Amino acid sequence: MHHLGNFSLMAVVVMCAYAVVASLLGVRKQSSQLVNSARRALIAAAGFSALSVAALLALFLADDFRFEYVASYSAAALPWYYKVSALWAGNDGSLLFWTFLMLVFAAACAISRRRDELMPHVVATLGGVILFFAYMNYWVCNPFGQLAEITAAGPIPFTPRDGNGLNPLLQHPIMAIHPPILYTGYVGFVIPFAFCVAALWTRRLDAAWIQNTRRWTLIAWFFLGSGILLGGRWAYVELGWGGYWGWDPVENAALMPWLTGTAFLHSVMIQERKGMLKIWNPGLVIVTYLLCVFGTFLTRSGIVSSVHAFASSEFAWRFLVFIIFAAILSAALLITRIKDLRTENELEAVVSRESGFLFNNLLLLAACFAVLWGTLFPVLSEAVQGEQISVGAPFFNRVNVPLGLALLLMTGVGPLLAWRRSSLDSLKRNFTVPLLSGVAAGVLLFALGMRHPYAILCFAMSAFVVVTIGSEFHRGVRARRAHRGGGYGTALFDLVQRNTRRYGGYIVHFGIVLLFIGFAGNAFNKDVIADLNRGESTAIGPWKVTLQDLPGGETPVYNWLGAQVLLSKNDEPVGIFQPRRQLDKATGQATSEVRRHATFQEDVYLVFSGMTEDGRATVHVYRNPLVRWVWIGAFVMFLGTVLTLLPNRSPVRRAEVTAAEGAALEAV
Amino acid sequence: MAARKAKFFVGGGLFLAALAGLLVTGFEEGKAYYQTVGELRAMGPRAEGRRVRVAGDVVPGTIASEGEGKVRFEIEHEGSRLAVLYTGREPLPDTLVDRAQAVAEGHLLQDGSFEANHVQAKCASKYDAAYEETKTAPAAKPPAGRQATDG
Repeated sequence: MHHLGNFSLMAVVVMCAYAVVASLLGVRKQSSQLVNSARRALIAAAGFSALSVAALLALFLADDFRFEYVASYSAAALPWYYKVSALWAGNDGSLLFWTFLMLVFAAACAISRRRDELMPHVVATLGGVILFFAYMNYWVCNPFGQLAEITAAGPIPFTPRDGNGLNPLLQHPIMAIHPPILYTGYVGFVIPFAFCVAALWTRRLDAAWIQNTRRWTLIAWFFLGSGILLGGRWAYVELGWGGYWGWDPVENAALMPWLTGTAFLHSVMIQERKGMLKIWNPGLVIVTYLLCVFGTFLTRSGIVSSVHAFASSEFAWRFLVFIIFAAILSAALLITRIKDLRTENELEAVVSRESGFLFNNLLLLAACFAVLWGTLFPVLSEAVQGEQISVGAPFFNRVNVPLGLALLLMTGVGPLLAWRRSSLDSLKRNFTVPLLSGVAAGVLLFALGMRHPYAILCFAMSAFVVVTIGSEFHRGVRARRAHRGGGYGTALFDLVQRNTRRYGGYIVHFGIVLLFIGFAGNAFNKDVIADLNRGESTAIGPWKVTLQDLPGGETPVYNWLGAQVLLSKNDEPVGIFQPRRQLDKATGQATSEVRRHATFQEDVYLVFSGMTEDGRATVHVYRNPLVRWVWIGAFVMFLGTVLTLLPNRSPVRRAEVTAAEGAALEAV
Repeated sequence: MAARKAKFFVGGGLFLAALAGLLVTGFEEGKAYYQTVGELRAMGPRAEGRRVRVAGDVVPGTIASEGEGKVRFEIEHEGSRLAVLYTGREPLPDTLVDRAQAVAEGHLLQDGSFEANHVQAKCASKYDAAYEETKTAPAAKPPAGRQATDG
């Protein structure tokens, strides 16, 4: 099986190298046959990459502990689905999987956009990038290495009786889907990047490359965001510290490209409409992709200490060389094309949709910069001062909370601003009702006794944005009904169908508002730690937790001890919960299994932290208000993104599209 | 034209100033010096009040619960030991076990012990080394060189 794996990996290397060479040679010789063969080589590489993943998977499912990677991350007693997810539990396997996902994107793109005039250069770029990863897979962190015992007579193959086991923290359903989703987001940005490089390379610098990659970018952005939120969800339900975001370097690594990617999704609208920001947009795509690779590097190199980083490995410098090389090459490409990237329009007014987008970009980049700065500060301070100084959560919160609030405000303000310039009249007309709603919400909360300034701001702005979004829908529906009649529902459906991008975008914004409402709940988190004998209880607000029993048991994978508690609210019983401590047999590692009583208002989060010397159970109870809205917001964002991906049902637009496609066909 | 440009520059300038202000105040609030146990010891009284992140391996058998979430343990790095009292609100990470690599964040007390309110312990993905020691007594694999080829 490992022969198949190694052979496939080698084939990926060869195919990618061929794709680069044949593609460029094909362009030079104007041979469409060569160009096509390069494209097909990329598709074949995806097939071989799938084979290599399948080979490793087979080794995992067969419990073949001759192989170091399998022995390190699996054990015979694991259920099959965790044997599958153990594939990406370590560095070597996850990088293999990473390459595979990247090739899936590359192949899908090579098939669906085969007539795109940028294709030869896109194939060359993709081939070049993937070649690096394939090289790493085969030579630097090959997951098909076998265990051997070193003896005087040389290394002798060695097979342990059982594997090391999968880290019990990773034995969770979310961990089976979080990494693939996050990686899909990371690697997906390679497509807009490749198109951008191809456009710069060939000097076809209109907005076509942006329009043609819009859906790819959205999909990558969506997966990256979902991956981040799923990671937060996993941390919340599995790590047992009561929170979902800790500004850990690995979290930050994923957040940074998401922030710049979000900036890109907004700023392209100005280029499409006004032909502005033509240097800025390629710059953003390049930075986003480099941040994706950098995030991978950060996670795996161990240059910043992180709770869930992979072991520091010898490939760190190779990765760094690749990133620097790619950065220099892309920057050079951009700089040499600056003359061709002259803007077609100037900013006309300070108060306009354009400057709204610009400010949004500025905020997102500032946030990204702050996160980058904070994450790398230990490394930078050591290099400059010789003293390692790290900045913790207070730094990130101090900087990013105001930036986040300003962004939230912009989600409401932006759509109300007119293109080119907003007259005072239109400002008054558009802003009066939403602004008053926001202020009313703030005043009401203050009157009800809320004193946390950021929380009040956040809720007031949320009200403002929600009213804005509602009025945008309402205005659209009214206009539609005036034009064509019909009921409110049909008009709404019709409206959304005709401009999925715009209204899907509003729904994503609504999801963001819900996220922020959930974030603001953090300001009111409370917790209590108590050592309880059977029958004793502890209280937090209206909630009371009474220890009833301390049951225990055993499964093939772990031993467990539970703290069975009765949760009651205002002395009314709510339910019996059993947070547990589990001791994983294979790894000898203890984990907390938290239990939650989740409502729309707040979560009661129960952790059994352990036993005291005198036999009392230490129970940690958290009240986390509004957390559920984070997950609901994530789901709304999902719905909104799906909507923006759907094609418009507008006859006019369809005509435009076919005309554009016709032109593209002629060009080929 | 010029007035409009000026407006953008003033706006941009204000924005950057505000960002710089946030970065600086946030930095002062959140900074922690990364030091080894030995360095911290060598600083003596000068280290008091300074927010420090200190790393070391958990000395086996020293983890003891004090009740209500407080936990004592000792860490060791290159022969120097440090007694840590954890008083933070978050439950200690499950990865904090004997011999784990731990990073404690907090400050040195006058009696030479360390009060931590944040502790990280290296994730178990990194436990290959411990596995070698505990589960397979003879050296199970070549330390660095990989047998990537056929076996």
